[in-house]
Amino acid sequence: MADQPTAAERFIQGILPENPVYRQLLGMCPILAVTNSLMSALTMAGAVIFVLVCANVMTSLIRNLLKPHLRIVIFTLTIATFVTVADRFLAAYMYQMSKTLGPYIPLIIVNCIIICRCEVVASRQSVGVAAADAVGQGVGFGLALASLAVVREILGSGMLLGFRVLPEVWPDWAIMVLPPGAFLTFGLLLGCVNWFTARKNAKQNG
Amino acid sequence: MQETELNVKSSMKPASSAISVSPSPHLANTADSTRRMMLDVLIALAPVVGMSIYIFRLYAVFQLVVCLCGCLLAEFVFVRMRGRKPTLMDGSAVVTAVILAMSLPGTAPWYVGFIAAFVAIGIGKIIFGGLGMNIFNPAMVGRAFVMIAFAGVMAASGYEIAGSTVDVVSQATPMNAYKMNGVVTPLINLFWGNTNGSLGETSALACLLGGLYLVIRRTASWEIPAGVILAVLVIGALDSSGTGWTALHHLFGGAVLFGAFFIATDPVTSPLTPKGKFIFGLGTGVLIMVLRLFSGYPEGLMFAVLFMNALTPLINRWTIPTPFGGKKQ
Repeated sequence: MADQPTAAERFIQGILPENPVYRQLLGMCPILAVTNSLMSALTMAGAVIFVLVCANVMTSLIRNLLKPHLRIVIFTLTIATFVTVADRFLAAYMYQMSKTLGPYIPLIIVNCIIICRCEVVASRQSVGVAAADAVGQGVGFGLALASLAVVREILGSGMLLGFRVLPEVWPDWAIMVLPPGAFLTFGLLLGCVNWFTARKNAKQNG
Repeated sequence: MQETELNVKSSMKPASSAISVSPSPHLANTADSTRRMMLDVLIALAPVVGMSIYIFRLYAVFQLVVCLCGCLLAEFVFVRMRGRKPTLMDGSAVVTAVILAMSLPGTAPWYVGFIAAFVAIGIGKIIFGGLGMNIFNPAMVGRAFVMIAFAGVMAASGYEIAGSTVDVVSQATPMNAYKMNGVVTPLINLFWGNTNGSLGETSALACLLGGLYLVIRRTASWEIPAGVILAVLVIGALDSSGTGWTALHHLFGGAVLFGAFFIATDPVTSPLTPKGKFIFGLGTGVLIMVLRLFSGYPEGLMFAVLFMNALTPLINRWTIPTPFGGKKQ
């Protein structure tokens, strides 16, 4: 266990070096579906962070009881429990947002980021490390969602969180709030991230 | 004996260096450059452009200028960003610009053409690796983007401006007038082109003239337009719903002829084999008619071409020709 990353390393890795969206390309479904406005992207990110932290902590606590051939089932059941909590919470306190997000909150159950973190970290390391990792990955996921949502909402409606940021004459790019806009924006942002990383690495090496 | 053999070998040496060994094709025409092809397309587009300027006056000039500026600027910027040799002079960006401008409504505001040009060159072409690498027709990618982004100005109603000084612009497009109200535009108007519509599509005559030039020069292969026209005529004839909108109306109206000769024939995004090209043309024609008859859009050329572009690799696989003396698969 000596070569396992520490809590601080896990936390930092989740934000950019191993960003779940821009580096691991996980969780594409919510990325494409809920980033047409910043508010829904942030709500989604909040729900994912909640589920991720709870599931990671819980899995880490029971990691010595896990049977190898049953572990995925246990992960899924744990995740499903917390997703149901998040889903009912949103339906009770943020009804409109819950309707906007529709099926994408229950779909967090099958979000591969969470099951990936349970498998990679929580089932092997202590509670502290698992929690730090969950927060790091969650924040990384939230930042990625927010970056997409900012671009799409501004270009698509000239507004951000309900405030007008571009002048009234701005012609709304309706395509940006539709699914094709998500694919295009995500592809271009991913390209930018790769380009910056390549440039940084080139600078460090030469 | 040994001496003679040696002599032969030594005498072979200079001979072998005089004969150049190279892979086929051996009879390639070196004049077939990108530039010549693009120049040919521009010559073929001349009647279309001339007719659109005659019909739409300054609307056509305005769209052409906007699209040319947008495409050339985008080509310059993006090629430079990728650190490649400048490709402005090969004319491909100009051809994309003219085809794009001819496929837009003249009434569209400046940003529509400009954004379409940037998307066409940037996302349609450069992202895939530049000229010859793109899988979708760049001009149609640009047009599809603005069509969805600015539905208000690109939909059929966006083509009309009431009380415009250019007469045709104040009328509904023939395709939309038929789709919405069953109004049949006389065939002769569709043939000459004094109707409303996208800039380059209205005159069937101009498209035929330019298209025939392309086919005769073999810059465009005849199989694709033939396939499109055949499919449109056959389905158009089957659809004779007694409203007076005949198969010929289907052929001369809308963008069928412009698309068949200038858009679907893009050598980069269409299949390689003659058989494949014909299948590609047929598929495009069938999809145009399916979209016209069953979708909410009055015209379906753009989506038909984009869809068939996506199928091109598959068609290429289906139609690999059997080499002479080879076994049939």
